[in-house]
Amino acid sequence: MPEATEKERSGKVVVRCTVNGRDAELSGFPMARLLDVLREELKLTGTKEGCGEGECGACSVFINGKIVNSCLVPLMQVEGARVVTIEGIASDEQLNAIQEAFIETGGAQCGICTPGMVMAAVNLLDRNSEPTESDIRAGLAGNLCRCTGYMKIFEAVVRACQHSGVKR
Amino acid sequence: MQTRFIGKPMPRKEGREKVTGRARYIDDITMPGMLFGATVRSPVPRGRIKEIRFDPQIPWDEFTIVTAQDVPGSNYVALIVNDQPYLADRLVNHAEEPVLLLAHTDKYLLEEARRAVRLEIEPLPPVFTLDESDEKKEIIWGEDNVFKSFLVEKGNVDDVWAGADFIVEGEYRTGAQEQLYIETNGVIAVANPEEGVTVWGSMQCPYYVHKALIKLFNLPEDKIRVVQTETGGGFGGKEEYPSMIAGHAALLAWKSGKPVKIIYDRAEDMAATTKRHPSRTRHRTAVTRDGRLLGMEIDFVVDGGAYATLSAVVLSRGTIHAAGPYNCPNVRIRSRAVATNVPPHGAFRGFGAPQSIFALERHMNKVARAVGLSPEEFRRRNFIREGETTATSQVIREAVDMQRLVERAFELSDYRDKQERFARENESARVKRGVGFASFMHGAGFTGSGEKYLQSIVGAEATPEGRVRILAANTEIGQGTNTIFAQIAAEALGLDFEQIEVAQPDTANVPNSGPTVASRTTMIVGKLVESAALSLRQTLQNSKLLADSYSPEDFSRACRDYLAKYGQLKSFSQYKQPAEIDWDDEKYRGDAYGAFAWAVYVAEVSVDTLTFEARVEDFVAVQEVGRVINPTMAAGQIEGGVAQGIGYTLFENVVWRGGRMINNQMTNYIIPTTADIPPIRVHFEEMPYEHGPGGAKGIGELPMDGAAPAILNAIENATGLELNQIPLMPEQLMEAFRGEHA
Ligand code: FES
Ligand code: FES
Repeated sequence: MPEATEKERSGKVVVRCTVNGRDAELSGFPMARLLDVLREELKLTGTKEGCGEGECGACSVFINGKIVNSCLVPLMQVEGARVVTIEGIASDEQLNAIQEAFIETGGAQCGICTPGMVMAAVNLLDRNSEPTESDIRAGLAGNLCRCTGYMKIFEAVVRACQHSGVKR
Repeated sequence: MQTRFIGKPMPRKEGREKVTGRARYIDDITMPGMLFGATVRSPVPRGRIKEIRFDPQIPWDEFTIVTAQDVPGSNYVALIVNDQPYLADRLVNHAEEPVLLLAHTDKYLLEEARRAVRLEIEPLPPVFTLDESDEKKEIIWGEDNVFKSFLVEKGNVDDVWAGADFIVEGEYRTGAQEQLYIETNGVIAVANPEEGVTVWGSMQCPYYVHKALIKLFNLPEDKIRVVQTETGGGFGGKEEYPSMIAGHAALLAWKSGKPVKIIYDRAEDMAATTKRHPSRTRHRTAVTRDGRLLGMEIDFVVDGGAYATLSAVVLSRGTIHAAGPYNCPNVRIRSRAVATNVPPHGAFRGFGAPQSIFALERHMNKVARAVGLSPEEFRRRNFIREGETTATSQVIREAVDMQRLVERAFELSDYRDKQERFARENESARVKRGVGFASFMHGAGFTGSGEKYLQSIVGAEATPEGRVRILAANTEIGQGTNTIFAQIAAEALGLDFEQIEVAQPDTANVPNSGPTVASRTTMIVGKLVESAALSLRQTLQNSKLLADSYSPEDFSRACRDYLAKYGQLKSFSQYKQPAEIDWDDEKYRGDAYGAFAWAVYVAEVSVDTLTFEARVEDFVAVQEVGRVINPTMAAGQIEGGVAQGIGYTLFENVVWRGGRMINNQMTNYIIPTTADIPPIRVHFEEMPYEHGPGGAKGIGELPMDGAAPAILNAIENATGLELNQIPLMPEQLMEAFRGEHA
């Protein structure tokens, strides 16, 4: 396969995994950041970069059901894994209850932190369907927002709990 | 008044795109053949460029390289004073100053190349602090290091000292604050001699960038096009800086003939772009035995950094707000913005007012103590009322009632009970608690004659689908421009919310409705949206296509009929200053703002006397901002501003070394997280403002003003410590405690 040789020559690897339920072959350097591969190769630009060092959570994705900062994950680590991004949270036109709640409560302002916040909120409610205020604060503490002061985001999580059918 | 949309929590227009990740920010966009651009910056704060050396390891012939010599027009960022070069030529005046630009298709190689350029710079003596600059030992800008100074005089303050029962002095300082919008600065440019220059990017003010690129390329205005893409936070940090990065990308695109994208990484954005001006304020206040203000003398200095940028305007706002919402017959405010060899400080929510209000509201507590009154009683005796005048001799024509705001804020925060209870409990407690407040105002819109010179224009256009599209250059940066404009237009026309579209700000399509700054978008531009929409309707009615009473469907049909008949329908509305506004730019006297928002904020804090950690436990924000157009968004603005204010006070510490920010990472420059922010309880007292759309006034900047002084006043209440400098970090608290008990 001439393709593979090309990739070998440039030091790139091919990694097989699923992204948002679909089989994907991702190519890149072994240490390429998953964040870049998702955004550049798959054009899944909903995952954002805020800091590139694991502090802001704007790049949050799920790997095998666990939330991670994709700016810290090297490509080779997702071999065989299930990757879910913000694009995989709503099913077609049906928004997830958390997304609905973010719109209703004003949880998104500039929106750049929002995909990551939504992922963190989905993760939180997945683990705990009736979180207390301090659970919510703890569950979102890895995600920075500079616009909202977080109040409307907390409200969104509370409201989403009240709606049924929170699912990933 | 019955309304359908004004005062309703309409959902954000672009909310769906934002929660699904479909909204397209600048870094989400690519173009065929696009190169990436990078900036080589000065490592030294001040010096003469001797040589630029290129490491032979790098294949330089693959790169586009731009220096000052490649600038086709004028090598400065056109703004107020044209002193800031796009690329330093012989001299550098601050660390991180751009000297050379590189572009390449491969981001990784580009980064290697950036590190492989060596700048040989012969150092000159730098000035790093406003005190050094103010002392003028070294002159680094103009003749005296002063970008701008103001003098505001009311009455004669020189006459009051002799007869004063008390004279109280104090000095207050505030530090720099990093913007930390979560989306860094970024643009894409396409540029060539035939088509001219087009830039897409994250920005607040497309027409600022437009003006700057005209000069940089020496091209006619129709050859420059600037388009705002979805913007991930602005706060002022994307007011003037985008002119710089847009120019850089455009220079690289011009030379390479390819589209060029520049996106700063976080470290570069933090180190090189604008921050809030550090400040020093000195107060001298004369007061009577019964607690009436006789005279205030205020000296206010801000550190502008290496170039003038917007410092003159930031200083102006800080100066006008320095005496606050108090009635004092004799006032003198002297202020100046001085130069230092650090990256230029710039616009940041509040625009000078948070600095001078911090000083004032700490100082008012000090004066109260000197007189033997509580902070609230002392303020009560001096609050400004309708018919009285501000420091600039502006007669207040609104029915302002600060005391009512105080009462409301105290009630909501349980202020009096808490104060008593904490005083009792603190005695034996390791963690001391306290409450404090600040009372303040914030002018909406440009200062003085600013709006008159801007001459903002807004358009409304009928679309082929029978909708109305608003044409304005004001940007949605998270604060809700799209939604608020749609609410105003739908209300004015009696249409459905969905029938209003808001055009993407693109200088090729929208008129210049002025910058998205100064809490002016809703109050000033929103009013123009309303009148442009109404004049569009007038045209339809004059042409007999629309009856006096109509349904939304009738309106759509009339639009379509009009377009079928005449091709297009656009109407425009231009700002006219209300007749009673009178401002003297020379004397800095008169009506500084068309309207003020008024507020009282209460903070409750805890201070751990072992770990020296200070926390805000509860926060109540009460304000009068005219009619609230969208309660969800208005509260969101206040909450976000208060959170930034809490960060400014207790978390955000820019560490400087040799004129550079050395903690330029999110790991060591800390902003508040979900774990740090107390409940923020927002309350609006609504009093419609006659010149605002639907009665609204501006609110965007107001919430930045009150948190810092309220928190330090609360810490004083908890500990008895008089702390007059922010950011207040545990180290300073520890020192203060030790000083106290030494
Ligand atoms: S970009 Fe990954 S945590 Fe900030
Ligand atoms: S909404 Fe702007 S950073 Fe969160």
